[in-house]
Amino acid sequence: MSRYLLDKFLYTVDRDPELVERYRDDPRGTVAWWEAERANAVLNCVTGEASTWQRFEDAEREALAAHDYPKLFELGAHPFLTLTLFIAMFERDHAEPLGFQLQYAARLAHFNLPYPDIAT
Amino acid sequence: MAEIVAVIASTHHPFYYRASNATGDDRPPFADEWVAKIERFRETLTRARPDVLVMVGSDHFHQLWLDNMPQFLVGKAPFYDANWWNEEREFGLPKMLLQGHEELSAHVLRQGLDAGFDLAFSNELRIDHSITCPIITLRPEADLPIVPIYTNIFAPPLPQPKRFVELGRAIRAIVEGWPSDQRVAIIGTGHLSLELGGPRQFGPHGPDPDFDRKAVEWIATGDLDGCLAEVTLDSLHSPGNATHGFMDFMLMMGVAGENEKADYVDSLDLFHTMEAYFTWYPDGGGR
Repeated sequence: MSRYLLDKFLYTVDRDPELVERYRDDPRGTVAWWEAERANAVLNCVTGEASTWQRFEDAEREALAAHDYPKLFELGAHPFLTLTLFIAMFERDHAEPLGFQLQYAARLAHFNLPYPDIAT
Repeated sequence: MAEIVAVIASTHHPFYYRASNATGDDRPPFADEWVAKIERFRETLTRARPDVLVMVGSDHFHQLWLDNMPQFLVGKAPFYDANWWNEEREFGLPKMLLQGHEELSAHVLRQGLDAGFDLAFSNELRIDHSITCPIITLRPEADLPIVPIYTNIFAPPLPQPKRFVELGRAIRAIVEGWPSDQRVAIIGTGHLSLELGGPRQFGPHGPDPDFDRKAVEWIATGDLDGCLAEVTLDSLHSPGNATHGFMDFMLMMGVAGENEKADYVDSLDLFHTMEAYFTWYPDGGGR
């Protein structure tokens, strides 16, 4: 399980305007590129120093590649990170205020307490 | 010694800025009532005539990240830039620049460490809406120096609720022991029941109105015993998956003091979450 890496993907994409659009338009390609090129970057190190062992599990990679936010919730991705990034990508497609947020809640309606663990 | 002229605890709602500035068809129906309540709340700080603000909040995965996550962190910098691109994107929050107060930051750090709190520090901190929302609501001039204090209510494992209360008590004593003639207000923001990224999010009310009613009563009456008897890290999942932000209110109850009734209490039942506003005057309000 690599919840930390799921969160790292959501966090690093959410803060980069170009990556938000790229992930919206080409989720599968963006996830593959990110895992190959960015997953091992230590965020507080400018160049050179990197980790060597970070990789997604298959279910995690597929959930990100499919924009499958209910699955990300099930896998324990941090709900704030998932929500924020998916609002950035998809709120614009809904005419009604909070339209996307309410659809998002409805698609998670089958989850009961306790929710999946989000500890990393 | 420094004087604590006001203790303020509040929710921080990132949509207030946009709602309060919206006009015409864009202005939500609840905006006028919300603005009126905020203006009354603001007056509770204004009348205390503070010189410096100690601001308690929680970074929302903006600068503080899982590769190096502090539980409690004090900013010590001459300035703090504020609000992040994704907050501008989602909430329409403006870029801000706030002045720091390094002398008081250094005092809080030294005395906090010596009191048994292993506080992290930051000399370059860009602050987020947990601190800028109360600036926007309570001091929109943004003209006073601040000491930001961040807590981890976000990334488990979290400190226990009682630790938040203990830190609040310590902050109160530390500020009162600051050798200065400055007038200090201590302001902290958190949440009542709240769900983000879960099935109960963005409902017509907060996800757990019963919890909210109890929480307002605990805070308004300073009922730390009652609050600590019911609130645990596990129990906070039940009212909503982001309700651990309530621990920042518990910290502020520690600042205000055991069984200290708030001098000002107000709330507003909004969609998504209940807003709640509290002010204590440690000197009884006599100025």
